[in-house]
Amino acid sequence: MISKIKGRVWKFGDNVDTDVMTSGKYINLPMDELKRHAFEEVRPEFAQKASPGDMIVAGRNFGCGSSRETAPAALKALGIGAVVAESFARIFYRNSIAIGLPAIVCPGAASLGNDGDEAEASLADRKVINHTTGKVLDFQAFPDEMLRVLECGGIEPLLKQMKNT
Amino acid sequence: MGATAAQKILARASGKEAVRPGEYVIADIDLAMVHDSMGPVCEVLFRAGVDKAWDPDRIVCVLDHWNPPPTVRDAETYNFIRSAVKKLGIKHFYGQNAGVCHQVLIEKGHILPGMLVVGADSHTISYGALGAAASGIGHSEMAYVFTTGKLWFKVPETIKFIIEGSLPPRVSSKDVILSLAGKYSVEAAQYKAVEFAGTACNDLSIASRITMCNMAAEIGAKFAFFETDKKTTDYLMERAQRHFGVVAADSDASYEAVYHEEVSTLEPQVAFPFSVDNVKPVSKVGDIKIHQAVLGSCTNARLEDLRMAAGVMAGRKVHPDVRMLVIPASWEVYRDAVREGIVMRLSESGAIICNAGCGPCMGGHMGLLASGEVCIATTNRNFKGRMGSPESELYLASPATVAASAITGKITDPRGL
Repeated sequence: MISKIKGRVWKFGDNVDTDVMTSGKYINLPMDELKRHAFEEVRPEFAQKASPGDMIVAGRNFGCGSSRETAPAALKALGIGAVVAESFARIFYRNSIAIGLPAIVCPGAASLGNDGDEAEASLADRKVINHTTGKVLDFQAFPDEMLRVLECGGIEPLLKQMKNT
Repeated sequence: MGATAAQKILARASGKEAVRPGEYVIADIDLAMVHDSMGPVCEVLFRAGVDKAWDPDRIVCVLDHWNPPPTVRDAETYNFIRSAVKKLGIKHFYGQNAGVCHQVLIEKGHILPGMLVVGADSHTISYGALGAAASGIGHSEMAYVFTTGKLWFKVPETIKFIIEGSLPPRVSSKDVILSLAGKYSVEAAQYKAVEFAGTACNDLSIASRITMCNMAAEIGAKFAFFETDKKTTDYLMERAQRHFGVVAADSDASYEAVYHEEVSTLEPQVAFPFSVDNVKPVSKVGDIKIHQAVLGSCTNARLEDLRMAAGVMAGRKVHPDVRMLVIPASWEVYRDAVREGIVMRLSESGAIICNAGCGPCMGGHMGLLASGEVCIATTNRNFKGRMGSPESELYLASPATVAASAITGKITDPRGL
């Protein structure tokens, strides 16, 4: 199921690629090790300081480049509750849903807030709230195909469920 | 209203008369490609208790990223993959001597016009050079495809590039796609299909078309297509593994945008760190010394690319401060280059000829960069740390520009050499 999405904002810009999330040098490492290198090359403090429920807030085309699923998986493994962006690169978007990490397309995300703001996302209400500034943004509902996967917690639990029914 | 290539293929694959952009469909997959990603795909499958593939004849697996394995961990992964291939009965497995997955699938006749293909690699889109709708997905979704043979798609809008004119000597399709990235940005085709047309596109070889479709991924595209013409059918004549038809966009298809380009005066192009759309013509590059030159990857390491490099380098030596790596895209390319004497000429110029595969393109294997080093490569991405140290710098260019730069030791216009 979808975990709590309430925590601090980690702010990123446009065109953040999946190589900087999990570098090719590390992608064969077990996730417990790999996640410690997440964003190492652009935000070296990220892996150590990210806490469960924290949220990535970004601009356009978040997750461009390689199809490596380790990118959203490492963010999820560090406890990131959701990624909120103006737009996503399509494979990153699909991969996030496929592992049960809500990737939220949200117009205005780039100006939602700054690093360290307290924020919360509600999938039921389709709102992202910055508690530090009081700013509230609405987002569109997920299409049914994606919602089914997200509610299951990702493709792997979905396959297990299909196997058992 | 007519349909684009993407609409036609997605309609056929989802059993519908017609589909509209923005609509979600569940489509039957014609072919699924995995490379080293077979490892994580099978971990998901086996954890979920799935031990059968929907159609082992429609799955192709190629080992290319860490081949041959540089570490014990990678060697163990390859053994896991080999056993999983047997367990699932995968019919088409290319293990130790094939090359980069995309080149191998095309050469071995797995890719046919009109197919819907997914691959666990972002450059799967390359297959559009032969008229297939092909797109990258991650390993969890691939596990779903392995199980069910189906996947959901959002029908994309299509943008069309009509490219006219004839390319000047030593200017190639890599320069064309880099110039498009520079002009229209890395998100120009986000969530969209791209169709390439026009006289310049008609003139391109299949190899050059693969380069363009391959890098359509770098402008965000979901699918990229060239029209299926006589070159396509000639190429497939002795390769195709199945019968095939031709799928063409209708003349009255609706496009989100149509861009007209003229390439007769195009200069060689160079993408600067750390984004593929940070592009300058070679005349505006300035004085940039390099430590490594890489001619390789699914983007640009086919026979015509090696031939071009050998032509530019003819009789000259690689600069003493430069390592030049040549990594043929496949064993077929490698052997053809040996037969043609290209390997000998490149080797005599001082190039290091490596095993066919992905090489250092994604920073995993065979030729990584130290901090402070600068590389020019025919590969597809120049993100921070992509080929090694985050303090290294990577420039992207054509085979001709990479070869010229290897000789002079700095980024160099191949037309003046």
